[in-house]
Amino acid sequence: MRHLLSVTDLDAAAATGLLDTADRLKQALLGREVRKLPTLRGRTVITMFYENSTRTRVSFEIAGKWMSADTVNVSASGSSVAKGESLRDTALTLSAMGADCVIVRHPASGAAHRLAAWADRDAGTTGTRTSIVNAGDGTHEHPTQALLDAATLRDRLGSVAGRRIGIVGDVLHSRVARSNVFLLATLGAEVVLVAPPTLLPVGVAEWPCRVSHELDAELPALDAVMMLRVQAERMHGAFFPSSREYAVRFGLSDERAALLPEHAVVLHPGPMVRGMEIAPSVADSARSAILAQVANGVHVRMAVLYHLLAGAPE
Amino acid sequence: MATERRGDSAGAAAPDRELLTAADVTRTIARIAHQIIEKTAFEPDRADDVVLIGIPTGGAVLARRLAAAIAEFTGTAPAVGAVDPTLYRDDLRRKPARALEDTAVPEGGLDDRLVVLVDDVLYSGRTVRAALDALNDHGRPRAVQLAVLVDRGHRELPIRPDYVGKNVPTSRDEQIVVLLAELDGRDGVALRRAAGA
Repeated sequence: MRHLLSVTDLDAAAATGLLDTADRLKQALLGREVRKLPTLRGRTVITMFYENSTRTRVSFEIAGKWMSADTVNVSASGSSVAKGESLRDTALTLSAMGADCVIVRHPASGAAHRLAAWADRDAGTTGTRTSIVNAGDGTHEHPTQALLDAATLRDRLGSVAGRRIGIVGDVLHSRVARSNVFLLATLGAEVVLVAPPTLLPVGVAEWPCRVSHELDAELPALDAVMMLRVQAERMHGAFFPSSREYAVRFGLSDERAALLPEHAVVLHPGPMVRGMEIAPSVADSARSAILAQVANGVHVRMAVLYHLLAGAPE
Repeated sequence: MATERRGDSAGAAAPDRELLTAADVTRTIARIAHQIIEKTAFEPDRADDVVLIGIPTGGAVLARRLAAAIAEFTGTAPAVGAVDPTLYRDDLRRKPARALEDTAVPEGGLDDRLVVLVDDVLYSGRTVRAALDALNDHGRPRAVQLAVLVDRGHRELPIRPDYVGKNVPTSRDEQIVVLLAELDGRDGVALRRAAGA
């Protein structure tokens, strides 16, 4: 594995391999006072975030640090990006400084792919083989989020294959939904998207999933339900009449959560808007795996860094 | 040494020379178990003091067998666990990323306990070095001893086993193949000439 840009680059064996590595890394750190592994000593990992983030950036940074990589964080504000430097020049600069891995989040879909193409082409010039990890590109993909969701589902349900997973809400603007649909389908799950017609992307019919507009009808048969945040910052039009109406039709209230089977798990990629897509009492309930998702995020990102950086170049 | 095990297609040219039969393996494990009881002064009422830690995958199986043998002889089993040394290896960058194996430190941790590290084949000593570093990150044992089923020589580090099932002089182009019933369906140890050698 040279880059991690899209979950569609992973077949079932590769994805399962990453999840197994994440499990073993979790075991290796379990109950230890010193949460530090020497595995990536001398490797430099740079996070380059052109969009706000708490959990993704911090969890990549912790993942790198727990494996002894040197991690550096660059954000668009406060860097030369603010002076008008292009994505390519910023990336080349970081590569020339010896970055073994650049983790990028960018508002433009496809930004990580462009970076990876440049990194491969410029490897001769900069003298460094830089791996690119997509930490969210526009409304396209967020592969490590889908991997950590799959890890959480595997923990809680025992397996992903054969399970029915509902993904509810603003699918149109959600890279999390897109990555999850493709990864969960690759792993053998049955995925149901539940959203108002205005919040579904063009081409959703070609995705490996079913589409529904009625949450209440789907809930009793789900093994897990993943609530998506309504991404108001990406909405430049009226996608639904009011927040109140959205919450009433697509929010996971206590009454709705009661429709789920006993064993079903509630996920949310965060950040949550409590009272909008999910009721606070549901988010904090025993069936909520939201904090487990965050904890798994560190192990999954460690696994990604391990597979990209630990071994010899392929 | 996980790489010493189960690679059977490549060296099919010369027949394997059997070093230990299934019965020999059972006898050897029993003998090492007796030696561990003696050398660690293992007493059932202080069984907590001794922890057998296997190096996956062969060593982890052997650690469980040794614990069962010790239980048979004394009535009490010592704690058993496994530590995967992969994340601590010094040759990670020489090969594509390796799959990780299970790590399971027994309840109570390793602090102030006597750890017997168990592996199937001792060769360069680099795996044991990595395992010692891993142990060190899990706690501070009172002492660490090393038990191996086969010592084939060619040490590259100052590491010496405390318990040896069988010493086998080898050349570097030979392979030691260890078979264990839990993993391979039967027990046995054989010496294999490398293909083309």
